[in-house]
Amino acid sequence: MTDTAWIDAALTSARPQAVGALLRYFRNLDTAEEAFQNACLRALKSWPQNGPPRDPAAWLIMVGRNVAIDDIRRGKKQTALPEDEAISDLDDAEEELAERLDGSHYRDDILRLLFICCHPDLPATQQIALALRIVSGLTVKQIARAFLVSEAAMEQRITRAKARVADAKVPFETPGAAERSERLASVAAMIYLIFNEGYSASGDTAEIRKPLCEEAIRLARLLLRLFQSEPEIMGLTALLLLQHARSDARFNADGAVILLDDQDRSKWNKTLIAEGLALIDKAMRHRRSGPYQVQAAIAALHARAEKPEDTDWTQIDLLYGALEIMQPSPVVTLNRAVAVSKVKGPEAALDMIEPLAARLSNYFHFFGVRGAFLMQLGRNDEARVAFDRAIALANTSAEAAHIRMHLDRLQRDSQPRGKKAGK
Amino acid sequence: MLYAILCYHDEDTVGSWTKEQDAAVMKKLTVVQDKLTKQGRLGPVARLLPTTAATTLRKDDPPLVLDGPYAETKEQLLGFYLVDCKDLDEALDVARDLGAANPGGAYEIRPVGHFTAGSVQP
Repeated sequence: MTDTAWIDAALTSARPQAVGALLRYFRNLDTAEEAFQNACLRALKSWPQNGPPRDPAAWLIMVGRNVAIDDIRRGKKQTALPEDEAISDLDDAEEELAERLDGSHYRDDILRLLFICCHPDLPATQQIALALRIVSGLTVKQIARAFLVSEAAMEQRITRAKARVADAKVPFETPGAAERSERLASVAAMIYLIFNEGYSASGDTAEIRKPLCEEAIRLARLLLRLFQSEPEIMGLTALLLLQHARSDARFNADGAVILLDDQDRSKWNKTLIAEGLALIDKAMRHRRSGPYQVQAAIAALHARAEKPEDTDWTQIDLLYGALEIMQPSPVVTLNRAVAVSKVKGPEAALDMIEPLAARLSNYFHFFGVRGAFLMQLGRNDEARVAFDRAIALANTSAEAAHIRMHLDRLQRDSQPRGKKAGK
Repeated sequence: MLYAILCYHDEDTVGSWTKEQDAAVMKKLTVVQDKLTKQGRLGPVARLLPTTAATTLRKDDPPLVLDGPYAETKEQLLGFYLVDCKDLDEALDVARDLGAANPGGAYEIRPVGHFTAGSVQP
């Protein structure tokens, strides 16, 4: 790795802590971001010459704070940067500041920074954009690309979100235990949203949006490092890792979805799976179950199966049952029905989803799953109707292509053999 | 003499590498390892999963199980090598080669007192 690449990685990893601390000093997001930006510029000048500081985050906080205070004192007059010698003279100060940073402060700094982005007034897409900009430090261009919108539109979206957050009262006092755990839950939900933005993409956009999944995993690991004993954060991180582990096997060359059963499991990322399994193992020990842990446990059962027929569907059925109780939703029941179809057959599964028809009448997956059950039962005409409806509701071309594959199969099966041979 | 080379680095920084950067570092490290293998000096090599995957057992009475690594440090133990070296100078040379391939962080070089190869195959 070149020197500058090393510096980039160090700046990226120091960012949440540094911006979080600067925000605590200045109580203003723009000032904090600008101070961090200035500190980074100086780092790019100073680090290649003087070598990297022992604690990059402490260095950036110190320099960022000093420059911003200077700016404020001088009434924002255009001033020359201080001499480099003045900056490299920070050794002692750095040591002292690093000591102070060792306290629990920075944990709440980072949590606060993430939490600000989850403001309930902000729509989900704005929360995500804001977090990627402020916490992850992605450029507007990178975020715009991941969201498939123009740079100008994304710039506007982020500016609006920032203005909204600035108007809101940001709680700067150290949070109490109950408040901290509320913040943690909001932040976890936001990280999951970022992941899903990337994960739900398909076809030619899947590759473009993949960085969203990677960023969500980085944030989840960061959060877990701050809150080492939170089983739901372990569960969330495990869930993201186990799902992301399959990303190289999820689409064929044409960008069509490959279902779990048909995926080439040798393409699953073994290291990510190992990490995910280790985390869910750790989480279970706490015996404080939660939705992320249950979903991760389901993903873990899939990950543990070397062949599709090794999958422990009975256990998956039970876990979905637990999830139904924690988070009742027709979509969860629909997922459970897939497990039921493997354990008790398509008839039982079909009975299970019929009551959902009214609530899921516009849901692509409902008709895809229903069609598949009907097809297994040999009720091909009804299956065709369900698949047609699914295609009409498909959100992406990959989803439509997948259903069309089923329809083609029905078509082939209904043709007499003689005709096929004559082709 | 067998030396353990314990690899410490800021986990956040390593986690911020892109997949390409990570692969590039691993490739450079492989070159160093291959040289040692040819000389018949390389023992087991391990890259550890992130410290978030770690659990610590405090050997109190009764033993206490804690989430996370043993020590909260700025740089974390991320992996290790076992290398056969004549003396400390030679071990430092190996660490320098590894360090050139993977800058940042630190290597702790510790002579090994007792070693059992075990029977686990990866």
